[in-house]
Amino acid sequence: MTHLVYLIAGWGITFVACGVYAMSVMRRSRRVAARVPVDRRRWMTAKDADQLGES
Amino acid sequence: MSESPTSSKTSRLLGVAVALGAIALVLLAFIAVEPDVRINAETGQEIGQFDAVRLLFVHVPAALIAYLAFTVTTVGSAVVLWKRSVWWDVVAGASAEIGALCAALTLITGSIWGRPIWNTWWEWGDVRLLTTLVLFMLSLGYLAVRRLEGTATERARRSAIVGLLLFLNVVIVNRSVEWWASQTLHQKSTIADATIEGNTLFTLFFAMVVGVGAYVWMMIHRFRLAWLERMSDRFGTDDLLAARRAEADDHARIASAVGGTSPEGESS
Repeated sequence: MTHLVYLIAGWGITFVACGVYAMSVMRRSRRVAARVPVDRRRWMTAKDADQLGES
Repeated sequence: MSESPTSSKTSRLLGVAVALGAIALVLLAFIAVEPDVRINAETGQEIGQFDAVRLLFVHVPAALIAYLAFTVTTVGSAVVLWKRSVWWDVVAGASAEIGALCAALTLITGSIWGRPIWNTWWEWGDVRLLTTLVLFMLSLGYLAVRRLEGTATERARRSAIVGLLLFLNVVIVNRSVEWWASQTLHQKSTIADATIEGNTLFTLFFAMVVGVGAYVWMMIHRFRLAWLERMSDRFGTDDLLAARRAEADDHARIASAVGGTSPEGESS
C-alpha cells in the first residue's frame, strides 16, 4: 500500500480528534449536571424552558 | 463508568449505529476501494492518487459536516435575531463548535492528502484553502464572541450577528473553485460530473452518511451540555448566593450568641 504514513495520520487524527471531543463533552456534562437541579437538566423536561434560558 | 447526563436511549442507539457505520467505512475504504491508478495514454506511465485516494473518505465528509454545521448555526442565528429563541441560540452555539472541529479536520486531512498528491502541505495562492482557513478562523471568532461577558440574551444577540456571516463564507468556500478556477489546485465537483464511480463513489456517499450521523449524535450531546451550562449559570449562581447568605446568617448568629444577644433581638 502506498502513502501508508499519510493514511494513518489522516484517519488517525480524524478518529482521535472526534473521540477526544466526544469524551470531553461527556466529562463536562457530568461536571456541570451536578450543579443543576434534576428537573432543569433537559430542555424537554424543564418548565418554561424558553424563559429559563434568558437572563 | 456512570451514564452521561447528555445520553438517552435514542442517542445511545444512534451512537451504536454511527460506531458500526465507522467500522464499515474503514473496511470499505481500505478493502473494497481500489487504489486510484490510471495509465497516461501518451507516456504509458501510471498516474493517479494511488492509495492516497482513501484519505478523501475522511476529508470530504469533514468538509460536508463543517458546511452543514455552519449552515445550522446561521439558521439558528437568524431565528435568534428574529424571534429571540433560546433553543436556537443553544443549537447555534453547539453546532458552531462541531463545525469548528470539522473545519480544522478538513484543513488537516486536506494538507495530509496534498503532500503526496500536490507535493505541498499548504499553498497560500489556493483560494479554496484560504477561504476554508478564513471560515475556520471566523468560527473561532464566533465561539469567542459567545464567551464575552454579558447576559445570556446579550451574548446571544452579539454572537448571532457573527453567526450570520458563517453561511456566507460557506457559499464562498464551496463556489471558490468555480469563481476563481485559475487560482486553485482543487478540481471542480467530481461527483456531479461522474468522474468518480463504482465502489469509490459508493464509499464516498457512505462516508457522508456516517459523517452526518456522527454530526447528529454529537449535536444531541453538545446541545444538552450547552443547556446544562446555561442552567448552571442561572441556578448554580443562585444556589451559591443562597449558600453564602446562609453562611453569613450563621456567622451573625454565632457572633450574637457570643455577645449574649439573639439575632432576632438585634434585628428588631
